[in-house]
Amino acid sequence: MGVRARMQEISPEERKKGFDEVERGLAIHQALAEASRCLFCHDAPCVAGCPAGVDVPGFIRRLKTRNFIGAARLIRDANILAGVCARVCPAEELCEKKCSSTNLSEPIAIAALQRFAADEELRRGIRLPGPGVPTGRKVAVIGSGPAGLACAHELATLGHSVTVYEADEKPGGLLVRGIPRYRLPLAVAEAEVRAVLESSGVEIRSGVCVGRDISADEIRRSSDAVFLSPGLGYQSSLGVPGERLPGVLQAGEVLRKVAAGNDVRFTGRVAVIGGGNVAMDAACSALRCGASEVVVLYRRSLDEMPAWKREYEFAAAEGVKFEFLTAPTRFVEDGGGLAGVECVRTRLGEPDSSGRRRPEMIPGSEHMIEVRTAIVATGQAPWPGLVGLFRGLAAGKAGVIEVDQGSQMTSVEGVFAGGDVTSGGATVVQAVAEGKRAAKAIDAYLKRV
Amino acid sequence: MADLSIEFCGVRFPNPFTLAAAPPTDSAEMVARAFEAGWGGAILKTTSVETEVVELAYPMMAGLDYEEKKLMGLENIDLISERHIGEVEKDVRALKKEYPDRVVGASIMGAKKEDWQELVRRLEAAGVDFIECSFSCPHGMPERGMGSTIGQDPELTERTARWVKEAAKRVPVVIKLTPQIADITAAARAVKRSGADGVCAINTLKSLIGVDLDTFVPYPNVGGYSTFGGYSGPAIKPVALRCVAEIAKAVDIPIAAVGGISTWRDAAEFLLVGATNVQLCTAVMHHGFRIIEDLIDGLDVYLEEKGMRSVKELVGRSLPYIVEHSHLSRRHKVVAAINRETCVKDDLCYIACRDGGHQAIELDSNRLPKVDEDKCKGCGMCATVCPVYDCIQLRPKVGAV
Repeated sequence: MGVRARMQEISPEERKKGFDEVERGLAIHQALAEASRCLFCHDAPCVAGCPAGVDVPGFIRRLKTRNFIGAARLIRDANILAGVCARVCPAEELCEKKCSSTNLSEPIAIAALQRFAADEELRRGIRLPGPGVPTGRKVAVIGSGPAGLACAHELATLGHSVTVYEADEKPGGLLVRGIPRYRLPLAVAEAEVRAVLESSGVEIRSGVCVGRDISADEIRRSSDAVFLSPGLGYQSSLGVPGERLPGVLQAGEVLRKVAAGNDVRFTGRVAVIGGGNVAMDAACSALRCGASEVVVLYRRSLDEMPAWKREYEFAAAEGVKFEFLTAPTRFVEDGGGLAGVECVRTRLGEPDSSGRRRPEMIPGSEHMIEVRTAIVATGQAPWPGLVGLFRGLAAGKAGVIEVDQGSQMTSVEGVFAGGDVTSGGATVVQAVAEGKRAAKAIDAYLKRV
Repeated sequence: MADLSIEFCGVRFPNPFTLAAAPPTDSAEMVARAFEAGWGGAILKTTSVETEVVELAYPMMAGLDYEEKKLMGLENIDLISERHIGEVEKDVRALKKEYPDRVVGASIMGAKKEDWQELVRRLEAAGVDFIECSFSCPHGMPERGMGSTIGQDPELTERTARWVKEAAKRVPVVIKLTPQIADITAAARAVKRSGADGVCAINTLKSLIGVDLDTFVPYPNVGGYSTFGGYSGPAIKPVALRCVAEIAKAVDIPIAAVGGISTWRDAAEFLLVGATNVQLCTAVMHHGFRIIEDLIDGLDVYLEEKGMRSVKELVGRSLPYIVEHSHLSRRHKVVAAINRETCVKDDLCYIACRDGGHQAIELDSNRLPKVDEDKCKGCGMCATVCPVYDCIQLRPKVGAV
């Protein structure tokens, strides 16, 4: 069996100079050779590994026969954000992890092949299924990120009239306001978002914030069902003194500004507090915005770090420093600016409720990490006000909205939810799958009531 | 979506993709699953009258791999179905009842006139859409004066086809031809003279797939002995494509193409050289009925990209471009152009040109190949061996007419 195809990448030295996409996609001959390695399993385990259930052997067979457009359309049948997910999915932990070829040589580069198919289609114009026969029923979708888009599109194909409310001026949610451009070029995200909205004919009301510009009651009155997919808009507090000092920033805000193309500049050292993917994105973005050095402070060790392995390796390759077993205790002011972060060393004790070993502070280990900027990238949560807007909405741990696993229905009749607001932060493909599942459940619900 | 429906011998197929008479069509249950998957038609595995003794030998399959690729070709020493006409009649009835919009054909083989005619009459009464006659199986059956023994002789072909056509009151008759004949158009003409409705080309090629170097027994090894078999799969596609094109240019008769078709691309090629029906077997035995998904989708997308509304627009489009060798232009001059940017310096073009061409490629001090345009005849061998996509192309020679 041949060797797995690899995309060309810009070297860490080059790529950290700007926001150009790091991975360069497969050339046609690489894609054909890689497709040819696929064993075309019958009950393919890769399909079970994909939250959206993409027909992986089916699309790879189409690539193999040079039916590139057919391949892309087959992927989009299951996942409207084919090009986005090909870039941001942790495929090595999902479809590729289950690949039967692993036992022969190496798993098929499924994400790279999906990207090839999606990019081929992108060049010629994405064609998605259009609206179905009108049912006369109305559904409101709140938030236009991956879950909201997937739900809205599916509902439209089922013939329902959909209005999407987006608080921001631009639709797309974290696709256009969170994922760094070196991973997901804005043009790709925008093209797929546009294709979804245009093909489905859904009404998009941008710049309309539910609870501020329109009341939840009005939305409920004017719709037969509601889908909530506002994502995570709330940064929980670290709970250490000095969090409001200038020079202490929220990761979500930094990433939003960077993604929007705002001129964000850092000088000197930057500390990033947290160990998740958002922390890695913030660290690599800070490097690209002029930081002389970026150091990630994480209170547990590498083994417990929630960031995906590839995200950590990506950041480390660019020279991001890591201080493990280090917890901030206060931010220190210096004449109106930030002088640094005071930290203590920690050691790992007994496992806590998350199953990870609890960090314990080591007395007397206080030390100062001198930085001009600190970016807090710990614990994003749903906006707590949501529960007040929709009376009876049950929220669980960390404020995530509770839903029925099968239907995505919340504790409120006719109100469904999906995406990060219900998962607390998961993958784009997971959000797409939840949006689509909710749409089918909403369709069934509307037939019932 | 483009219209994939097409007529063959007066029978309308919802799409041209048809299962050839072979193991995948040896029961109604299998064909039903194929129809569910989307196949347009199926020809039930060749059947015979109850008195015909059919005893199979196992193992009956042996594949030819090309380096790491499995099954470039497949040899079988299978025979006609062990299921006689009585069972096949039932299959036809059940399938036509359940799938009236799909085409159900039946393949038959007889030892004498009475057998052929009885088979036709019974299948017609059962509601079959068309009859295919195997005059072409290259192994086993010829020992009994059947199979390719008939197909290799235009007189026998015409006579036998006439018997079948005589008995067929309603349904069209298609004769399946063997490529193992000096002039396949002579066989096709014989079919035309007989009054039968169409031809199917080609059956397998007689082969010996390989020899076990330890035991000296060829494959497949049946208790210490082997025999010649029928060769199918991607390896025989060029032979089949040539046969279909030859018949299409010479004889005005509907052609069902079969032989090495695996993908929608193959199918499109056969339509372009004049076929109006395409049959598959080996690819289905390799990957299952589900390949119909890409066959249909790939053909549909291709038609869409070509701006064609119907698959019928493809039929025969390449035939005008096939001429006698003597009619090819001698003034057309090309030379090899090597992209030295993408060259990976494997020297394959150099060695192929030096030992199999005209010594027109030299390696410079960096081992990069350089074409001497005075020596290059434009044979194309270098482009054929180059592993880099589009690295070597043939360009019109500067200064040539």
